[in-house]
Amino acid sequence: MIIAREKKLEDIYSLTSSYQKIMIVGCAGCTAVCLAGGHQEVVRFKEELSLYMKKHGTEAALKGYTVERQCEPIFIFELVERMRNIDAIVSMGCGAGTQLLAEKFDDIPVFPALDTIFVGISRETGLYEENCRSCGDCQLGYTGGICPVTRCAKGIFNGPCGGSTNGRCEVDPDIPCAWCQIYERLKKQNRIENMYAIRRPMQWKNQNPGILIQKGFKKQ
Amino acid sequence: MKHSTAGENSGKLQRLCRSGDFVVTAELGPPKGNNPLIVEKKASYLAGFVDAVNVTDNQTAIVRMSSIATAALLVRMGIEPVMQMVTRDRNRIAAQSDILGAAALGIKNVLCLSGDHQMFGNHPFCKGVYDIDSIQLVSILRTMRDEGVFPDTGEKIDGAPDLFIGAADAPFSDPVEYRPYRLRKKIDAGAQFIQTQCIYDVKAFREYMRRVRDLGIHEKCFIIGGVMPLKSLAMARYMQQNVPGIVIPESFFRCLASAPGGKAGDEGIKICCDIISELRETDGISGIHVMAVEWEHRVPEIIDKCGLLPRPLV
Repeated sequence: MIIAREKKLEDIYSLTSSYQKIMIVGCAGCTAVCLAGGHQEVVRFKEELSLYMKKHGTEAALKGYTVERQCEPIFIFELVERMRNIDAIVSMGCGAGTQLLAEKFDDIPVFPALDTIFVGISRETGLYEENCRSCGDCQLGYTGGICPVTRCAKGIFNGPCGGSTNGRCEVDPDIPCAWCQIYERLKKQNRIENMYAIRRPMQWKNQNPGILIQKGFKKQ
Repeated sequence: MKHSTAGENSGKLQRLCRSGDFVVTAELGPPKGNNPLIVEKKASYLAGFVDAVNVTDNQTAIVRMSSIATAALLVRMGIEPVMQMVTRDRNRIAAQSDILGAAALGIKNVLCLSGDHQMFGNHPFCKGVYDIDSIQLVSILRTMRDEGVFPDTGEKIDGAPDLFIGAADAPFSDPVEYRPYRLRKKIDAGAQFIQTQCIYDVKAFREYMRRVRDLGIHEKCFIIGGVMPLKSLAMARYMQQNVPGIVIPESFFRCLASAPGGKAGDEGIKICCDIISELRETDGISGIHVMAVEWEHRVPEIIDKCGLLPRPLV
């Protein structure tokens, strides 16, 4: 799941304060699941922005609409009708959804209401944990299913470093040392020899803007 | 490894290690500025008292004069540096480039580290590079030196950098039972000398060394035990609570607490000398590394009190 959180209201306001007819677009996908940008958040945010604007002496006509998934063209098609007479769009989707809106409605300024923060597990409603950095060369098979790129603060492949104390990361005692966890998991599975072998440097293939074309794809 | 021949380009540290001498190294922290005279002053305390001087690399992620520049200044002064190199701040292009530069500047020893996380320093949200880790860096250096190529491409290097390759060891960091195996990985990757995290609990360290010897590691590298004199009770408490892998026996706290006013530092030095004496008796230990942070001027008396003077000439 992609996890996002709302930007500070004053930051969103400073991006949008000069516009009068704003459409707030929500997403019923990832950002709804993490309670950042679904239908209910759109309703609440619309209200909050309206009050904030009044307090700061500006006013705008605010509209809200939530699509199934902002990251797929087929689902934002229904917005076309609704964008007449709109002079700014505020997206409550993730960075990908926001960019697709900006591309589709390229004559209207599009502003993000959210910061997209990570790919992760929804442990419980309200508790989300980063697990994947989309490195493009998944190492989980070697590390017992714990990601060294994401869960180790230094992205070490031959860990742990000297900074692990009581099984915690030197950066923050609330963060477990990923390599201590990997060690315990591999021990449990009798695969500790994975930690005796030297893991070679990653070839980082996730640095250029990625594109994936699956076999058999034919452009519509 | 001991009683083996060093190559003709080898520095003093490598020659002494190979001839079986008990080596002494110390640490020098570069200044937070560009004044070479500060480097000269700190180095002048250590010259003649140690076999090589470690130059830290933006330690604690605080910006200081670069380790390669500081190391080059030491070479100019006729002092042999151990250039510390962290993977936090440089990708493999910069790391290999710095290695070529270090070799060109007459630097003979490199210590490979991951580095303290950038969160600790004065630029906490800068991008930590971590393209490679410390063990991968050791392996890269070994390939550059022994095969004369850049490992990623196999492309020939114009002159292979002849370096004594070092790595750090943290015997008391978690998971404690795994640490000798991680040390073995470093040796397998190409580490020739090891400098450990500061030792206070000698009994626990000796137990660690027993496990290291069981794996035969002590015969494949030179293990140099790290020591850091405690200046005060406050420093001891700080280290115990905040620095990973530090285990200080209760008795040391009592000694420091009961030292007469202003004399805690002297007590700390006495403790340090006792630890050094015990390390000299520990099988598998090839030397000591004194980390007297911002206290470099007291290193000479420590080396003298421990009967380690004069330093051998090569």
